[in-house]
Amino acid sequence: MKIFKKELSPEQIVKLARVDRFTAQQLIDGIVDDFFELHGDRQNNDDCAIIGGLGYLAGRPVTVIAIDKGITFQEKVQKHNGSPLPSGYRKAQRLMQQAAKFNRPIITLINTPGAYPGKEAEELGQGQAIAESILQSMSLTVPIIAIIYGEGGSGGALALATADQVWMFEHSTYSVLSPEGFAAILWKDASRSDEAAQLLGLTPAELLNKGIIEKIVPEHKKVERLFEWLKQALVTELAQLMEQSSQELVENRRERFCKF
Amino acid sequence: MKIFNKEHTLPQRDSKSINEQIPDGMWIACPICHQSIYRNELGTLKVCPECKYGFRLKARNRLALLTTNFTEINKDIMVEKTDFPGYADKLQRAKTTTQLNESVLTGIAIIDEQKVALGIMDSYFIMGSLGAKTGAKIAKLFDIATEQHLPVILFTASGGARMQEGINSLMQMAKVSAAIARHSEAGLLYISVLTDPTTGGVMASFAMQADIIVAEPHALIGFAGRRVIEQTLHEKLPADFQRAELLQTSGFLDAIIQRPELPTKLALLVRLNEVK
Ligand SMILES: [Zn+2]
Repeated sequence: MKIFKKELSPEQIVKLARVDRFTAQQLIDGIVDDFFELHGDRQNNDDCAIIGGLGYLAGRPVTVIAIDKGITFQEKVQKHNGSPLPSGYRKAQRLMQQAAKFNRPIITLINTPGAYPGKEAEELGQGQAIAESILQSMSLTVPIIAIIYGEGGSGGALALATADQVWMFEHSTYSVLSPEGFAAILWKDASRSDEAAQLLGLTPAELLNKGIIEKIVPEHKKVERLFEWLKQALVTELAQLMEQSSQELVENRRERFCKF
Repeated sequence: MKIFNKEHTLPQRDSKSINEQIPDGMWIACPICHQSIYRNELGTLKVCPECKYGFRLKARNRLALLTTNFTEINKDIMVEKTDFPGYADKLQRAKTTTQLNESVLTGIAIIDEQKVALGIMDSYFIMGSLGAKTGAKIAKLFDIATEQHLPVILFTASGGARMQEGINSLMQMAKVSAAIARHSEAGLLYISVLTDPTTGGVMASFAMQADIIVAEPHALIGFAGRRVIEQTLHEKLPADFQRAELLQTSGFLDAIIQRPELPTKLALLVRLNEVK
């Protein structure tokens, strides 16, 4: 494939990653047919920052779990701009366990600045919810492919990215903390975020190079082409992952993270 | 000589304040109940006689309070790639201060007659941050425990991610979780002991993944930083926010154990969970 586009700097990618280019629903509809949304954590809440449900990927049932930032002001308030609550992670856990029961592969779509830093979120166990998501993912007997399509912010993103493969959209980021947070700690100056972006190594190319991710999803101008590429790649990779026994799958996933 | 140092009335998360938590003066202020305490009253356990808060300890000092029977493992695992600006110096200072090569001390210990795989994180080592080698030492501790059929007791103390290591620091949450999953599948016991402070990525992974989760009195335990939350919500948070007592009330801790009782209570938990 020829790339005619000029290579973007890390700080340019950070800015693009934060533009709401896709909603989760748009991506879900682009990848699967007959999507049926499933709500709630079965404890006390339904966090709308996480959209979960079932659909057909080229005829194969899959579970899709997506973080959504929302577009309108009201949506952004309700979804905390894509920062999940503990109940969001617990909904995801429930749907992942259900996927394992019915031997369905899981696709996660990630776009979050991080888990929501609220008083109530802390009291309801934000850290525990993330910890549990990661631990459960380490024992799931079905394939998981995680796709970061905007921001991949810290533990809040990792909770849905403890996967067999992690892919990133061309204009997305994945980092241990935001460039602003990084600059604030390092130089006590959040405005030096552009420098921080360069130091953090958060671009898809750098992360591919380090083996943190497996694929970069090319962002064609025509979204139909993007969805077609994504669908095809998912079909191919999931078919290969489904050939592994559940034991092999779990062992390989654990091994994937042991190398870091 | 300062008799009462106001700066130490609130626990803070930068390494400087951690290192100065017990200043050289004769009198110090408890960061929790604000009592001024005569230095000698803290004793070797470094516990506030008033509210039982356990002051932050270096890992080797904590070890001495738990057991005299300890064989250290993976002592020489340390960071090799230190090209991040200022990182090499920071590591060197941390090593000198703590007599450790990473932010966790690991080994096989006998605590009150119970043989356990023991890990102790050290908040004096770059804030107990989670570096790749911290993760490696903890994961190896679980792997050895799995091989030798031992329970794991892990004392957590951490400000969160090791930002000098970027994304690799984040991956440690998953790496350690993988080792915990293997250990758990073997039917073995894992007890985490959350000490002040247990925050960020450590809290959002192995601190909260244990079969039994206990904490020391008044330990700060949380995912998001207090300042970040206050900035997001534009409101001041109450003093007991993210403290062990509140976490127990909301259902996230099995028990709060005072420092002097830790060896006997932990050993009791190990015995109670023995698979016959
Ligand atoms: Zn006190």
